[in-house]
Amino acid sequence: MEPKNPVVDYLRMDRIPHIWCPGCGLGTVVNCFVRAIKTCDIPRDLISVVSGIGCTGRMAGYLKLDSFHTTHGRPIPFATGLKLANPKLKVIVCSGDGDLFSIGGNHFIHAARRNTDMTIICVNNFTYGMTGGQVTPTTPIEAIASTTPYGNTEEPFNLSHLAESAGAVYVARWTTFHVRQLIKSIKEAVQKSGFSFVEIISPCPTLYGRRNKLGDGLEMMRAFKEKSTVRNGADTREVGLDFKGGIVCGKFIDRERPTYLERYNERMTARLGASYKPYEGVL
Amino acid sequence: MKADPKGVMTGAHFLDGDHACCEGALAAGCRFVAGYPITPSTEVVERIAARFPAVGGMFIQMEDEIASSIAIQGAVWAGAKAMTVTSGPGFSLMMEHIGLAAMLETPCVFVNVQRGGPSTGLPTLPGQADMMQARWGSHGDYEVIAFCPNSPQECFDLTIEAFNMAEIYRVPVMLMLDECVGHMTEKVVIPEADAIEIAERRFTGAKPGEYLPYETNGNWVPPMVKAGDGHYFHMTGLTHDERGYPVMNAEAQEKCVHRIVNKIRENADAIVRLREAEIEDADVVVVSYGITSRVALKAISMAQAEGIKVGHMRLVTAWPFPENRIRRLADQGKAFVMPELNYGQMYLELERVVQGRTRSLLVPHGGGTVHDPEVIYRKIKEAVQ
Repeated sequence: MEPKNPVVDYLRMDRIPHIWCPGCGLGTVVNCFVRAIKTCDIPRDLISVVSGIGCTGRMAGYLKLDSFHTTHGRPIPFATGLKLANPKLKVIVCSGDGDLFSIGGNHFIHAARRNTDMTIICVNNFTYGMTGGQVTPTTPIEAIASTTPYGNTEEPFNLSHLAESAGAVYVARWTTFHVRQLIKSIKEAVQKSGFSFVEIISPCPTLYGRRNKLGDGLEMMRAFKEKSTVRNGADTREVGLDFKGGIVCGKFIDRERPTYLERYNERMTARLGASYKPYEGVL
Repeated sequence: MKADPKGVMTGAHFLDGDHACCEGALAAGCRFVAGYPITPSTEVVERIAARFPAVGGMFIQMEDEIASSIAIQGAVWAGAKAMTVTSGPGFSLMMEHIGLAAMLETPCVFVNVQRGGPSTGLPTLPGQADMMQARWGSHGDYEVIAFCPNSPQECFDLTIEAFNMAEIYRVPVMLMLDECVGHMTEKVVIPEADAIEIAERRFTGAKPGEYLPYETNGNWVPPMVKAGDGHYFHMTGLTHDERGYPVMNAEAQEKCVHRIVNKIRENADAIVRLREAEIEDADVVVVSYGITSRVALKAISMAQAEGIKVGHMRLVTAWPFPENRIRRLADQGKAFVMPELNYGQMYLELERVVQGRTRSLLVPHGGGTVHDPEVIYRKIKEAVQ
């Protein structure tokens, strides 16, 4: 019997080949994502994927699920509307570091603050790939980008610490080298009730690696392997990333907070009494 | 389909335009609103925040207008009827998502209670200077529908109409109030639920795996689906084919733009709503909308008292513009006077259609208050000279 790729059922094969470059980490991310949701106890029909714009923004378009390729920086508020109109849906946002933390940064912190029940998967490749390799809010100091030709001078965001501070109930970071751990973390994040966040450090050899003399996709993966350490439960203040420095991976945060809707229904019931029917969606 | 009685506050009420707009949304079946506070529209969402929990609706105050204008679209694709509410500066922030709604053909309603601009302008005072922005504000080619209520009663009635039009044509529909209409309080009669006609969303009958999101089968408007029904559909703001997949070429672009523009243009006569009075014998027609249409009445009666034959055309819909009707009146040799609280926006449309065949005069106003009827009256006299 011919072996079958275990993820093809979840891909829009009529859209393959994809647009991503050789050596890009996004193929690995999609593979891990599908393997994670296949083993979740969530019916496939109820999973929606929302992406913004950029290389990772194209993820929604390759997944055979209800999928939305929205505007730049705005997948989280779109996902908020989707989730609140039908709370039975499991809503997963897949987007890049530029989309989620530059143009979309405000939406990220507010969704985390509300503890809206959704999972955010951020593929962090330290650059805007789709537009040719510009600096992003995660580009390390010194790194060369097309708009920082003499090296970046701005302090990057420490995404894990930002997520924790804003209120996320689940925060993990892995690289595309850590496929098993990544699958496990995506699964945990998706099954977690509340605002969960998984950061995936991913190679962009074409536009980040080459400019910074980090080698091809394989060499970047080798660097991920050699420079990463696993420290579950690490203090997120200490997991910021330097140019060519070590990468702390692991599950950093896994805590409980009432979700947006849990708080909402509790409050409405308290104020409106027995006449209030807990909100379960508009339909 | 008839309105759900749960959302219909049947009876005669004393309401301002903003509150009437909220009641219209409830009657129309709107159960999801995302908004951000901004004068003079805030009363709409304040009432929604108070009214929605009891009727199974969800209101969320988002972090900004950009978020509000896309949260409603997420809600629509989960099956809701949804709207957002704002005024000038917030409307400016929403422009990209009006384009998204046009491109995905997401039925949704944008309420803009207009104030004086540009920029922060006059937050508490009226303007009508977002009329062109409502039509052209997002990049690219598309069409919208825009209503201009001139009373709290119409704020109720036209909010229902806006939701219905959004469903029928799958477009973003604008409700262009102005501060005066939003804040004036008058009698609003809300009928029984079974007297209110509601346009239901048209969902596909296709089985999962067979549905093509933009397959029109010769119609202008394709049927919809919602997330969670097993269709595994894809939506993208990129130019797309029938499958909803991105296609980056001129042919796909032509097909996409042709339909999102012409589904409105070809149906313009069915969409346009006008109120006319004493037009047939008139030598001059005053064309106006919103609060200005009420001020114009005084000027018209002043002119009529002198024996000038003046008619009144009120634009209940500003977009699409009533080209055919205006053209016919211009062919009959009638002159036009157009007062509006801007320096000539809908007037540009009037001029475009009249094409200099008859006289068309603008009565401009920077906003902040309404016209002095005397000024409109003098323009009417000038038009018939």
